[in-house]
Amino acid sequence: MDLGVIAQNWKFLILQGLLGIGNFAGGTLRLAIPAIALGFLLGIFIGLARLARSPWLRGAATAYVEFFRGVPLVMVIFWMWFVIPQLLRLPIPEYGVAISALVSLEAAYFGSNVRAGVRTLPRGQVEAARAVGLSGAQTMRLVVLPQALRNMVPSLVTQMIVLFKDTSLASIIGYVDLTKAAQIVNNREIKPFQLYLFIAVIYWLFAYSMSRVARRLEKKTA
Amino acid sequence: MSYSFRWSVLWTGQSGHWLLEGVLTTLALSALAWVLAAALGMTAGALRTLRHRPLRAVGTAYVEFFRNVPLIVWMFFWYFGVPPLLPRAVQDWLFSHGAEFWAGMFALGVYHGARMSEVIRSGILSIPRTQFEAAQAMGLTTWQAYRLVILPIAVRLIVPPATNESLNLLKNSSVALTISVPELTFQTRQIETYTARAIEALTAGTLIYLAMCLSIAWIMARVERRFAIPGMIARVGGG
Repeated sequence: MDLGVIAQNWKFLILQGLLGIGNFAGGTLRLAIPAIALGFLLGIFIGLARLARSPWLRGAATAYVEFFRGVPLVMVIFWMWFVIPQLLRLPIPEYGVAISALVSLEAAYFGSNVRAGVRTLPRGQVEAARAVGLSGAQTMRLVVLPQALRNMVPSLVTQMIVLFKDTSLASIIGYVDLTKAAQIVNNREIKPFQLYLFIAVIYWLFAYSMSRVARRLEKKTA
Repeated sequence: MSYSFRWSVLWTGQSGHWLLEGVLTTLALSALAWVLAAALGMTAGALRTLRHRPLRAVGTAYVEFFRNVPLIVWMFFWYFGVPPLLPRAVQDWLFSHGAEFWAGMFALGVYHGARMSEVIRSGILSIPRTQFEAAQAMGLTTWQAYRLVILPIAVRLIVPPATNESLNLLKNSSVALTISVPELTFQTRQIETYTARAIEALTAGTLIYLAMCLSIAWIMARVERRFAIPGMIARVGGG
């Protein structure tokens, strides 16, 4: 197999595609890291809203989750791509479109994980916290979330891997991530087998090492 | 926001026809990919529970390699990367018989087979080892024990997570638009291109996906109840 094409283009693929350093505003990691952080944060709120006492809040959060779990990410990306500029009356860059689509969709999945994690805690924990005089918010912040988050770590890391892989769909609207960078190089070199296999290996290295971390944490908490 | 809706674009001209074609392609693509994913998932899932080390390694290698790379990369790989390596005659046949559809189906099936096998493996592992030992004590071979005892129980245990995964497959079939398979998302974009009515077209596509996902979830919930072994599912599904 002729690997010359990789030898000549790996710098562009890694610097521009993976890290986002170069002529294009792009980068897989520059998209994945903030999307994971924001999606997780929004997911905590959605997960807690689904456990709220107010039926309105609970209903809204449930509808949010059911909606986003029933729609493909590609569809959500196109929604953001066409609708946000209409709403804001200004063009937003691909980065903004991609990150808002990823965050709003993945938050629904993170929310489900958070809800499941909180529900596995014995009810006595909440009662004990209230009995020693903590407020509802304090109970959540100091007692429930720290324990629930620890229980959820494996499923959260799994979701983070999904989100990391999903960033590749931002290439559909022209965001220059690793996938788009490989397409750009391939348009010039026409070596699809080598190029797509090469980026497959890069994605694999990241996703697989994350899954190893998840497994180690799973053993630790179990 | 001053956007004047014109919903009629969805049923005038060719839009209705495109949407229908999109739904049918999405369903055909997903159904065929699902069969492939289920076959691969069951094989790999079962292999990974065996005592035999090399067989277990084969299963693990398949799963870890395919599920840790984004689907879109696999689509490009199977559609652009692999066909040029095939003999000329096979290439010609493929490209005159909808190569994008078959590449998309293959990518979707192989990727989700790896994810499906995780579901199946945890289903098998959640069956008490004693079931297997009892089956062997009665004189069944390993293959018979799997076919007659372990798998029938495991299949029931995995219906809820497998349904979830099947819906993921259905939703992920939308990625095939990147290799020009005329599925639902592709057709939604086409309506947008022809009518310049993005919100109407996206609403139609989104509602169709929601309807498909919700009805499959509803049907599978009924199937689950119908085939439940009394006293068996309650213990696992109760959590």
